[in-house]
Amino acid sequence: MDVSEKIVSDFVANDVSFITTVPCKQLGDVIEAVEAHPAIYHIPANKEDEGMGLCAGAFMGGKRPAIIMQNTAIGVTINTLVTLTQFYRMPLPMLISYRGELGEPVACQVEMAVHTKALLAQLNIPTYHFHKEEDVEEFDKILKYTFTCNKPVAILTDASFWKGY
Amino acid sequence: MIRSELLRELAPVIADHLVVCNIGLPSQEMHMIDDRETNFYMLGTMGLASSIGLGLALAQDKKVVVIDGDGSVLTNLGTLPTIANNVTDNYVLLIVDNGSYGSTGDQPTYAGMKTSLTEVARACGCENVVECSGADTPAAVEAALAGDKMTIIVSKVESGNVKVPVITRDPVNIRDRFMDAVKA
Ligand SMILES: [Mg+2]
Repeated sequence: MDVSEKIVSDFVANDVSFITTVPCKQLGDVIEAVEAHPAIYHIPANKEDEGMGLCAGAFMGGKRPAIIMQNTAIGVTINTLVTLTQFYRMPLPMLISYRGELGEPVACQVEMAVHTKALLAQLNIPTYHFHKEEDVEEFDKILKYTFTCNKPVAILTDASFWKGY
Repeated sequence: MIRSELLRELAPVIADHLVVCNIGLPSQEMHMIDDRETNFYMLGTMGLASSIGLGLALAQDKKVVVIDGDGSVLTNLGTLPTIANNVTDNYVLLIVDNGSYGSTGDQPTYAGMKTSLTEVARACGCENVVECSGADTPAAVEAALAGDKMTIIVSKVESGNVKVPVITRDPVNIRDRFMDAVKA
């Protein structure tokens, strides 16, 4: 099973049935797999904070949500993470493409990469970093942990994990 | 008619439905006028009322009314294409359009100038968009709820505020109480 299939099958096994996405080249395959799965309602968002609002509503409606996004958008989601997801104590797995790491062809991406972990740490968001293919084995446990603690939890996935673009 | 007068007349129409109240005065006014467990009050996060309501409507079958504002929709304008392309007929978005940022002291918004949110919503692909006066709004919301069609209502009212207390209920309590009402 490739990592995209494994991620989507773990989402489904953990009852995650509402996923919002903003695309990234690295996330192309996993977004396609999300779109294709009949057990998941896939709702592309125009901006990541909008997506987090959709997820908050879906959670209150009884569904387990998740967001798939790029690390460059963390800045625009800070207010939403703090005043909605965390303030109201809602779970939110955030599968994030960690652009600007080893293998990055676009210099500008590195500018956000150097702030990514510091911002997540400042927000007290539990953060996991998938660098090697086998790191995906933890994904199931991370989802269980997220819905146990009712917090946003970040999974950073870098270019080495995705084996390039 | 100003927003708080409209909400007083609207309260009995939406009492039996799930209501997502926008940040600031819309939440505070609904809380003061008719606090119910079926109301979700936003205490922060300007702009996301319509998104929270859409996620809620897509996730379950009960009808959802979102009380939003012109300033907040302008803040999150990307919400309108998402709404248009994810039709769910249990969703009514009421945009109380007073042409101003009411909660911050009535500074003018572009919706009170050249920009028509009604036309923006239509251009984004929303199929049932109704523009009406504040006085006609309760009937328009009632018709939308009865019609079983996703509807956007742009309610043209005057800007102006009344004094209301802030909401001191804990956010986790607001959310938990609301989720019990969703499940009931
Ligand atoms: Mg306004």
